[in-house]
Amino acid sequence: MATAQIDALTDPIEAFRLHVREWLAAHFPPSLKGKDNAMSAVEGPHENSPEEDSWQAAMGAKGWGVPTWPKEYGGGGLSRSEARVLHEEMARIGAWNPIGGMGVMMFGPTLLEYGSEAQKEEHIPAIAKGIVRWCQGYSEPGAGSDLASLQMFAEDHGDHYLVNGQKTWTSGGQWADKCFMLVRTDKTKKHEGITFLLCDMDTPGVEVKPIRLISGSSPFCETFFTDVKVSKANRVGEEGQGWTIGKRLLQHERSSLSGGGSAAGRLFAAGAPLAQIARKYIGVDEQGRIADMDLRGRIVRHEMDLRAFLLTLRRASLEAKSTQGPSAATSIMKNVGARIMQERSELLIEIRGLAGLGWEGEGFEADALKDVRSWLFGKAVSIYGGSSEIQNNVIAKRILGMLDHQ
Amino acid sequence: MPVLTEEQTMLRDMAREWADKESPVTALRRMRDAAPAEFYDAAAWRAQAEMGWAGILIPEAQGGAGMGYLSLGLVLEQLGRNLAATPLAATAAATSALILGGSEAQQAEWLPRIAAGDVVAALAADEGPRFAPEKIATTVEAGRLSGTKAFVAEGDSAQLFVVAAIDGLYLVSGDEGVTRSPRKLTDSRSHAQLRFDGAPAERLAGGTDLLTEVTDRAAAALCAEMLGMAEAAFAQTNDYLKTRVQFGQVLASFQALQHRMAKMFTELELMRSVVEGALEAIDSGRGDVRQEVSLAKAVAGETLHLVSREMIQLHGGIGMTDEHDAGFYLKRARVIEAMWGNAAWHRERFARLNGY
Repeated sequence: MATAQIDALTDPIEAFRLHVREWLAAHFPPSLKGKDNAMSAVEGPHENSPEEDSWQAAMGAKGWGVPTWPKEYGGGGLSRSEARVLHEEMARIGAWNPIGGMGVMMFGPTLLEYGSEAQKEEHIPAIAKGIVRWCQGYSEPGAGSDLASLQMFAEDHGDHYLVNGQKTWTSGGQWADKCFMLVRTDKTKKHEGITFLLCDMDTPGVEVKPIRLISGSSPFCETFFTDVKVSKANRVGEEGQGWTIGKRLLQHERSSLSGGGSAAGRLFAAGAPLAQIARKYIGVDEQGRIADMDLRGRIVRHEMDLRAFLLTLRRASLEAKSTQGPSAATSIMKNVGARIMQERSELLIEIRGLAGLGWEGEGFEADALKDVRSWLFGKAVSIYGGSSEIQNNVIAKRILGMLDHQ
Repeated sequence: MPVLTEEQTMLRDMAREWADKESPVTALRRMRDAAPAEFYDAAAWRAQAEMGWAGILIPEAQGGAGMGYLSLGLVLEQLGRNLAATPLAATAAATSALILGGSEAQQAEWLPRIAAGDVVAALAADEGPRFAPEKIATTVEAGRLSGTKAFVAEGDSAQLFVVAAIDGLYLVSGDEGVTRSPRKLTDSRSHAQLRFDGAPAERLAGGTDLLTEVTDRAAAALCAEMLGMAEAAFAQTNDYLKTRVQFGQVLASFQALQHRMAKMFTELELMRSVVEGALEAIDSGRGDVRQEVSLAKAVAGETLHLVSREMIQLHGGIGMTDEHDAGFYLKRARVIEAMWGNAAWHRERFARLNGY
């Protein structure tokens, strides 16, 4: 008997590991190894291949796309340690999670916490199967970092609200089936006047206009609401409770963005090391060093920053797993992740010179064309999900206990 | 914090409590003003040895605790918080040379006495003001060592020296052929120039690689002290901003200052990760110790530099006075930043190790 099987006889976690291995071997198409489509949230959905369809269907049916969600709503019902085993086993064979998007990262966990039984039964299983796309109706033209100043008004009409106003930066609005959104139900109170509603994107009066970004892509939209009827059955929580629920959702967003740390780690690991690209474009001196000493120095600083960040991710996850509770290090992840991603993009451009600024067409390496778009889109990373300045406010106030200006 | 054993948690908590109770910054101030010949706090060192700290690295069979570098770092971090003037780090650096390169007889002769706190030891490598292990010119002929070592930490009173010569490391003990000249630096701690004129020397096994291994361990230990210093300097600054009132507001309410503090906090979190990473790499005997130590010393050096400057600036005039502790952090910071390679030196080594 193999060691793993012997372990499985005595250790339930190892028994689970064997089960995971067998199931993955039966269901993950080897042709999809490493072909993670996580970027589709930014780049828009693409036609799934038959293999991708069957992989998504298998994971959806098993509930393992959302491994720790309750089984009764289509989740995997796994413990944290079982979910970790699943993650490890998937990573081992280059399998990836085909179930994603805002429903999984933010809305699902929030609805599980605050939704009614009927709402959970209606929405969670569809998210778990990856068959309904959600978008986020939060920001407005006049409410960015100061989100609570939002104005889109939902007027009480007995069994429903009549919604009028505009949302912006609606991520993936043009591809979404449904929207979770913050609306104002009381103009006399700021935070307490906000309510959390759900809306089908094909409801009459909803109009979506993609916003073209500096990177050329249009992953965000302006969304206009004109006399849109939303049933009160689609209100999550009570009237005026929207800010509390909405903030909870933002916590999920930030933790997934900093877990985006680990996604960031994967991205960095996937690309060619900067040293290799720099040696190719810049050349080396007689001692074998990258010939541009100034640029070399900055590349090395960046590389060290990246290593420090990866060690911090590891430390935060170890601390969270041990009994010491959530790590204070978590609060810095979004800002550091953003600075590293952006610095890397800037360095790539500087290393390649004008060949690193190709927009499209002939004469450029495919990687260089991809990196230029990432450079431009990457400017959003320090703005969305709470800008770096907002994150610094949060660190100063919540962690360092610095007070508000009186 | 990596996941600590129960023993390590106890060690850390005990060190924290002891440092706060027995060795606040006023103890360094007292030592500076009393200026004893050894330039450390002898009574405090005795107490530290009694708690077993001098023997943290030393195997149990030789009277130590056999705990390793992460454990040593936990103690040095707590001592660093209060700038404790202790020969612990220097002694540990020399101890690591004995453990890595000492013969059975050499270990049996020295390790038990070090563990008991009876011997202060020091590592004498550099011959100039900047860390340059490739420039060592000290020679040994027929068991007699000759050369000059600059700025040896605890050189004023150490009874045992681990001395770097062209072909490797040597033990020198006793005063025959040794001339010590104090070099008073800004940190009020012990640094001495040592002149060896045919001092009797015993070779340690291993060539110049041993020097690298030992200075890496010395640097990693200092990183832990730097971590404690930076965190304490930051915490004191944060406390001050919450009490100082100008324009009818506590300074902590000004966003310009909040963001500077948030930025420093961010760097401190990264610093903790790299420092612990280096100590763990040494303990687990991994092959990437050089890289991890260079990462740690470079990041630690820059972060402590930032925090010690900001401590003065954010305290304003009071931070400029000798009466306030800020100056003590600043004056120790620059010394410890330079020891065993400053940030630029370690960035360069990191660059070469990674093909840049």
